[in-house]
Amino acid sequence: MTKEKYLEDLKDIKSMMERSSRFISLSGISGVIAGVLALIGAYLAYQTVYYEQDYLSYRKAIMNEATIIELLTIALGVLILSFSAGVFFTQRKARKNNQKLWDKQAKLLVINLMIPLTVGGLLCLILLFKGFIGLVAPLTLVFYGLALINASKYTLSEIRSLGLFEIALGLIGCQFVGFGLILWAIGFGLLHIVYGVVMHLKYGS
Amino acid sequence: MKEILKDLNKAFENKVRLGVMSALMVNDFLDFNSLKELLDVTDGNLASHLKALEKNEYIEVTKEFINRKPNTKYMATALGKDAFRKHIKAIEQLLK
Repeated sequence: MTKEKYLEDLKDIKSMMERSSRFISLSGISGVIAGVLALIGAYLAYQTVYYEQDYLSYRKAIMNEATIIELLTIALGVLILSFSAGVFFTQRKARKNNQKLWDKQAKLLVINLMIPLTVGGLLCLILLFKGFIGLVAPLTLVFYGLALINASKYTLSEIRSLGLFEIALGLIGCQFVGFGLILWAIGFGLLHIVYGVVMHLKYGS
Repeated sequence: MKEILKDLNKAFENKVRLGVMSALMVNDFLDFNSLKELLDVTDGNLASHLKALEKNEYIEVTKEFINRKPNTKYMATALGKDAFRKHIKAIEQLLK
């Protein structure tokens, strides 16, 4: 029995524990794409809400039924496109790593992500229709952050700190409602791009 | 030195058995097919190693039926987890 054999055993044990309990094929590129899409979405939302106003003077968010429907359409579009990109690039990475996309770990990841996300989504819809519009953007950040933290046990550990940042931005947005959209753009846009790049460099594509 | 060697477990010398125990340490249970995919081994090979671990009472086997198809679940026993922890500790001691 040589030292090398035992070193290799330890490496095997660690790798097996990781592989069997965490979904590690999460792709960094999909994070970058989700971030870019979110920035485009935030820009479109900005145009919708603050249209025909002088940039330098006091601006008022214009909210009526038409703009709300437009905002929901933008949000839905960003969500669907980001999700598709995420699945596409993660699948590509999983295939490269010889791993299945939809294995037990992926299921655990999705289920634990979806619980806080669904609660948050429904709550935001309720608030939207009751007129608490300013809280919607920051609360999506808070619940997205909680969802990430909840799911981080089943995937790359960086996801946990991303979740903490999202929650912090969301809470700031709840206090300073006027910065809601900008904080939303930072949380869903900038942070996704930063984390996507970091994870791409660290884990490959 | 003798103390350390005592904890090194022959049952975990084999790569497949080492892999099975590692996976079962961090999962409440795994079924046969999940283990097979994780370890990338043949049915027969995996089955024989699982039998050996079962015989040592390091893993526990439950059989149930899902849609009339048999599904076998494996989980590590307290004895197995303890032995595996000791085995890892012994390796770490040896490498020091």
